[in-house]
Amino acid sequence: MLLLILKRIGLGLITLFIVSLITFVGVEVLPGDACTTYLEREAYGAALDACIKRLGLDVPAYERYLDWALNVVRGDFGYSLSGEMPINEVLGPRVKNSLVLASVSILIGIPLAIVLGIITALWRDKLPDIMISTVTIFSMTIPEFISATLLILIVAIWLGWLPGIVILPSDATFFELLSNIILPVVAISMIMTAHMARMVRSSVIQVMSSDYVQMAILKGVPYWKMVFRHVLPNALLPAINVVALTIAWLLGGVVVTEVVFNYPGLGRLVIESISNRDLPVVQALAIILASIYVGINLIADLMTLMLNPRLKSLQIRK
Amino acid sequence: MNEIIESVKNLSIGFNSQKGKQISILRNVSTDIKKGETVGIVGESGSGKSTLALAMMGYIKQGLFPLNGECLFKSEDLLKMSSRQLEKIRGRKIAMIPQNAGQALTPNLKIGYQIDEALRLHTDLNKLERDKKISELLNKVRLPSPETMAFRYPHELSGGQQQRVAVAMALAGKPDLLLLDEPTTGLDVTTQAHVLELLRIIAKDTGTSMIYVSHDLGAIAQVSDRIVVMYAGEIVLEGPARKILKEPIHPYTYGLLKSIPKLSLAGLPASMPGSQPQPGSIKEGCSFYDRCNLATDHCEKNSPDLKYIKELDTSVRCFNHKELINQNNNLQTSITKKSSNSEVIEVLKLKDVSISYAKQKFFDQLLNKISDQNPTVKDININIKKGETIALVGESGSGKSTILKSIAGLLKTKDGQIKFENNRILSSDLKMRNPNDLRAIQLIFQNPDESLNPNHTVEQILSQPLKLYFNLSGEELKKNIIDLLKKVRLGEFYMSRYPRQLSGGEKQRVAVARAFAAKPDIILCDEVTSALDVSVQAAVLNLLQQLKEDLGTTYVFVSHDLAVVRAISDRVAVLYQGRLCEIGPSQNVYKFPSHPYTEVLLGAVLEPDPDIKPKLVAEDIVEEKPPEKGCSFQGRCPRKIGDICNSEVPPWQIGENGNAIRCHINIDELASLQQ
Amino acid sequence: MENNLITENKQKNKIEKAFEILKTMASKPSGLIGLTVVLFHVVLALISPYIAPYDYKAISPNTMLLAPSAEHWFGTDSLGRDVFTRTILGGRTALTVTFFGSLIALLWGGLLGIFCGLVGGKIDDVVMRVVDAFLSIPWILAMLLIVSLLGTSTEVLIPALGFFYGKGIVRVARAATHDVIAKDFIVSARARGHSNMSIIWNEIIPNVRDAILVEGAMRWSWMLLGFSSLSFLGFGVSPPTPDWGLMISNARGLMSFAYWSVIAPIVGLSSLIIGINLTADAFAKALGIDRSTKAPV
Repeated sequence: MLLLILKRIGLGLITLFIVSLITFVGVEVLPGDACTTYLEREAYGAALDACIKRLGLDVPAYERYLDWALNVVRGDFGYSLSGEMPINEVLGPRVKNSLVLASVSILIGIPLAIVLGIITALWRDKLPDIMISTVTIFSMTIPEFISATLLILIVAIWLGWLPGIVILPSDATFFELLSNIILPVVAISMIMTAHMARMVRSSVIQVMSSDYVQMAILKGVPYWKMVFRHVLPNALLPAINVVALTIAWLLGGVVVTEVVFNYPGLGRLVIESISNRDLPVVQALAIILASIYVGINLIADLMTLMLNPRLKSLQIRK
Repeated sequence: MNEIIESVKNLSIGFNSQKGKQISILRNVSTDIKKGETVGIVGESGSGKSTLALAMMGYIKQGLFPLNGECLFKSEDLLKMSSRQLEKIRGRKIAMIPQNAGQALTPNLKIGYQIDEALRLHTDLNKLERDKKISELLNKVRLPSPETMAFRYPHELSGGQQQRVAVAMALAGKPDLLLLDEPTTGLDVTTQAHVLELLRIIAKDTGTSMIYVSHDLGAIAQVSDRIVVMYAGEIVLEGPARKILKEPIHPYTYGLLKSIPKLSLAGLPASMPGSQPQPGSIKEGCSFYDRCNLATDHCEKNSPDLKYIKELDTSVRCFNHKELINQNNNLQTSITKKSSNSEVIEVLKLKDVSISYAKQKFFDQLLNKISDQNPTVKDININIKKGETIALVGESGSGKSTILKSIAGLLKTKDGQIKFENNRILSSDLKMRNPNDLRAIQLIFQNPDESLNPNHTVEQILSQPLKLYFNLSGEELKKNIIDLLKKVRLGEFYMSRYPRQLSGGEKQRVAVARAFAAKPDIILCDEVTSALDVSVQAAVLNLLQQLKEDLGTTYVFVSHDLAVVRAISDRVAVLYQGRLCEIGPSQNVYKFPSHPYTEVLLGAVLEPDPDIKPKLVAEDIVEEKPPEKGCSFQGRCPRKIGDICNSEVPPWQIGENGNAIRCHINIDELASLQQ
Repeated sequence: MENNLITENKQKNKIEKAFEILKTMASKPSGLIGLTVVLFHVVLALISPYIAPYDYKAISPNTMLLAPSAEHWFGTDSLGRDVFTRTILGGRTALTVTFFGSLIALLWGGLLGIFCGLVGGKIDDVVMRVVDAFLSIPWILAMLLIVSLLGTSTEVLIPALGFFYGKGIVRVARAATHDVIAKDFIVSARARGHSNMSIIWNEIIPNVRDAILVEGAMRWSWMLLGFSSLSFLGFGVSPPTPDWGLMISNARGLMSFAYWSVIAPIVGLSSLIIGINLTADAFAKALGIDRSTKAPV
């Protein structure tokens, strides 16, 4: 068991290593280096030299990579070009803000998705299913920036219930944030919930048509007992991995949503750093976002490992 | 004794087709189940037997609905009950033993919990009593170490054990009626016989009524008091088991019984033409009209009613059943095969062949060390004569398919040689074989659904080998394809069909045609009839025999079914755990003296005759690996004589019949033991 | 020398099959709606330059932010341009870029996936690890970086989108190939001694094609979503070319009093994405492929 967990963690680390290579090589291969990109037309003479010196661009690429990678492992991402401050200081509050947004969305989204998925599966092709499924198709296909824009238009502008745009310093406290994040949370969890609910639905339907569920019915197990003991554990297990992938994929959507709501999180930092052509920050963001992706998948893998009796007994035997 | 427990009256069940038509898969079925009696419901796939069985528990599969009729359990209609009422009956009054227990046990719940659940639902026992009861039940179905068994998950058990757990679960509620839906299908022969024996004992001990649903007349014959024969959604014959099996008066049942290969009978079984009509394509008139040799013009337009004949205590749905009365002795006939030509040209030789699935470790490869001392298949020596049919027989895990694969070049041998024509060594690597050798050896697979590319038409499927080996094209290609189809008795119009548009038997014919397209010398048949219905199986066996007689092909025929093997083969090799036990001419292998394993296998065969009971001589333990040394059958052998069996590989002995047996017991002694 | 009759038959079969699939797709209301919407957008994209009532880039200070009227059906935007004109033209770039992008994704993703599924072993492991690593970088970050460094021309956008949306197809194609190569009809072809190329071409591709096509159709709708997001963020189509994402982004700030300039492109973009999605779903169902348990990666 321990060996398997270690193996999964190892694979995750390898993936991160490849990501770091990809981002580093990507930045190297694309035209212009960090300095010429950042300074644009002023990239000549003393300013350029100073920049090159500061970033250490005068040493060979592999040395720079090693240097950078070692620092990253130590938790130091170097200096931001535009802010002229350590990237860690730039990132800190942003990471916190995004975490708040993401975790609230996930905490609302996952239980809601499971409930909706189960309802639609159990009342398959009946009115509740048709209604919920139609809504989910709309909310999973419409881009975040559209749903976010519509939310602002309807809830904030027409109805005036909530602030449309978050105007907060990036180091706002948790409670200041909370009152402002309702609309962004709705925008993000809408698409996520829709995706997950559909997956839960089809997984439950699959299990419901299995031989062992038929057997449970023929054994005289009452309906809801059957649903909770025989169906759900088996239906939700394979859904864990898929849910993890969905969450990870939606990181991209978070970027857009944060921009629409002017929310001071990692997503907006992505846009800002790219607009500012601040390549060191972009590299740092790539690593962080990839780690989140790998981390979420790792958690899902481990959860499946712990919960699946098949895998469990396999390891005991070995 | 004559109290009726459940009574089905005029039951029809159907579904709505995509075109909105109502199609019935069960038509006007009526039957009664009496207290303490075991009723066998027999029919081929698609006959509606499982739908009927489930309806008898008030369960209708999704997409289906009852059209009319009722299922009266103690004079209450199950089909009209609320789910609350049904929960009180299912598991408590009527319990089910499913076909594939491996899939019918919930994978995330322990065995103990699943039995406990039934006890909690259907008895008033407290926790302690229930725990005791669980051990008791597990003991009753003769599962080893019941205490630990309860804490195991379903996937940790073998197929036979899973089936026993399902039986224990069904018995938990002390039901009045047990429903068994193909409970032994998919199990190995010996396991099947054991489970069946268990069921019979339970029926006798508890006095429970049973409904036994199966396609296998052999199993039905062992347990039933009464038999109901279903065809195309209707009951065509119903009566006492002995009458139905020995004097069937419906032409379908008669044909079905004749098409079953029997151990007691050499030669091929007679086949019935055609196949069962699919629901929705049933025309007016008798549904058996197309396949019936007693049919008259009257049968084409009028469908017969189920008529009760008092003197025979039998109901029959046939206008011409009188013609079958007193014809019974014809049942014991078969088509004699032309004996294969007596030239003794050896076309294929397996010499000391060993095959291992274990991957060689990298360092062992470097040092050229053999890491696997105990390969899956070991020491196989078989010489195959030109034009003969040699059968490899054994249960799952016997290595029979593995040997076939390495003859085909799909699996590398670890040791030994495969020699083809004039002692030329055939490489065990496919890529090293020359095109002519590849052409000369063809394969036919078990399941035509898997072995035919679903995206190709029959024409494309058959043109593959023709283009590859003979470079045919254009008119010539087409002519050859039509010829091949004709050889397997399919019309020209099949060319444009896709596999999904064909019935199981037709698909297998296409697969046979594809193998023969190469004009091969040897055809390797891997369980080619086990996915087919009995009446279709006989037709395919006859086709294979006919083609062989016409073309002089050699068959290597792998099967788990000893009766089928008896019917088709000239010579038989019996395998256990990848080692040969016995080899010889088939008429002799089926006679004593035999290797103890052959004896076990022969004893477990279920014949469609209530008078021939299986003999259970060995435990049905599942062995995962062959023993490291000694005799391969030491773990289960009922005639084990001592340490010598564990330590030394037994010698070959040749009996006077010409069959070779590998056993430490002297062959004459074996003969006297087995009398 | 192929027999004319056979080839003719084959072609007829293919056309018939395509027709049959279309018919099955249209037999359900969701499929019918999807097909109609997609068809409508494609036709609109083809004919819109000829039916547009105004010049899409004509700025006029006199007609700024007019409410919908008989002259300007959807009103005008902050630069006085006709919103109706810009809306019906606004899908052209998005449709073209994402269509060709999906084709590229389909091609490289499908081929690499089939290759990995076939060779298996170490090569497969390594390739899948790299694909996994690419998957773990959020597409938006990668796209933004590429676009900001290389520019927003279609020559950059099409291959970049094609590349980043193809990696998911690799997985699908690989899994489908894995499933197929274990089947007996492949074993049968191998045992007959067909060449690898012939097996891939005749036996494997026809059986994984459907799954890959369905995945490609799905990718199309996601790519459209991604492309519009880029436009919305100002990294897609450059002004003054009309594009829905960009239009929404520009009009957003003024929507408290000129909501019409936001609503029109929203309806345009949403309907196209939903249309493609419904069509892809119906396509999958018509081919008997269940992809509802898959994650959108």
